[in-house]
Amino acid sequence: MNDVNIIRIQILAIAGSTFLIIFILNLIRKKRLREEFSILWLLTAFIFLFISIFRPLLDKFSYFLGISYPPAALFLILIVGLILVCIHFSMAISELKEINKKLLQEMALLKAELEKKSKEER
Amino acid sequence: MKKIAIIPAFNEEKNIEKVILSIKQWQPDFDIVVINDGSVDLTSSVARQTKQAVVIDLPANIGIGGAVQTGFIYSRRKDYDLAVQIDGDGQHDAAEIEKLIEPILTQKADMVIGSRFLSQSKYKGTIWRRLGIKIFTLLNLIFLGEKITDSTSGFRAFNRRAIEILSQDYPDDFPEPETIFFLKKKGLKVMEVPVSMNFRQAGRSSLTFFKSIYYMIKVTLAISIMMLRK
Repeated sequence: MNDVNIIRIQILAIAGSTFLIIFILNLIRKKRLREEFSILWLLTAFIFLFISIFRPLLDKFSYFLGISYPPAALFLILIVGLILVCIHFSMAISELKEINKKLLQEMALLKAELEKKSKEER
Repeated sequence: MKKIAIIPAFNEEKNIEKVILSIKQWQPDFDIVVINDGSVDLTSSVARQTKQAVVIDLPANIGIGGAVQTGFIYSRRKDYDLAVQIDGDGQHDAAEIEKLIEPILTQKADMVIGSRFLSQSKYKGTIWRRLGIKIFTLLNLIFLGEKITDSTSGFRAFNRRAIEILSQDYPDDFPEPETIFFLKKKGLKVMEVPVSMNFRQAGRSSLTFFKSIYYMIKVTLAISIMMLRK
């Protein structure tokens, strides 16, 4: 690969990660995304940006892990980030389900109570 | 002593009336609460028409565990001393409630399970269910050193302490085997008495082959993790 190509992909990577960061920050600003869900996304995006700017870091990182093909390290980082986000989602859904159940139970109990009250008044 | 029968029911319009009336016939001093778990048939209005039961309608189907727990919450708030859980499909015989509550009344146990396997019973069930029950029996032996022959039975009696604990924490689906471990870990006494059960009168059992497999894996996982918690 010649130098022009490397610089081209580097610019693309920097632009891409910057766009992702701005996109997520903007979602938070518009209250379309809660902070707690944004942290993992931002972390992944910042790691990507960092690596894109200081490219030799990726080579050092993959050498350190014993990965012979540096771009594979990129995928590793990405996949780990995605897995963490997915686990976070599963946790959030579990929590929502629990809250949902409590709500439905409480609502049903209240409805029965209300029914009894209005029957007594009649 | 205030006593209540908790009947979880999901699409049981054909059975629910008979269940309610037979409880009143055998145990007139029991109050009855039907937890209608988001049925799409006439379960709720059929139960109301008997005028013998309080009916609590869950706005959506949240699963047997959530439904039964609603019954425990109700019992606790209304200050009941004893609760019997009995299925809305008519497979449990109200005449056996007497046997079921005896150990609670004499304070020998905090929870009593009606077991199909302690005596000669015609119960067959699918091979998968019986296999599952065997595995749970083994798990019980390993973890608790006690033999529970019918851990999936949903015909049970509870005292005040058990009601209080279960109203706060109860598994969502396939709750029966887990509850045994949970209560025993809390130091409560669990006992079995032999009962006979009827075949389903109408409707189909909720357990298919794949569900049974999922049932076994889910419950085994839940129980194993429960043993890791302190």
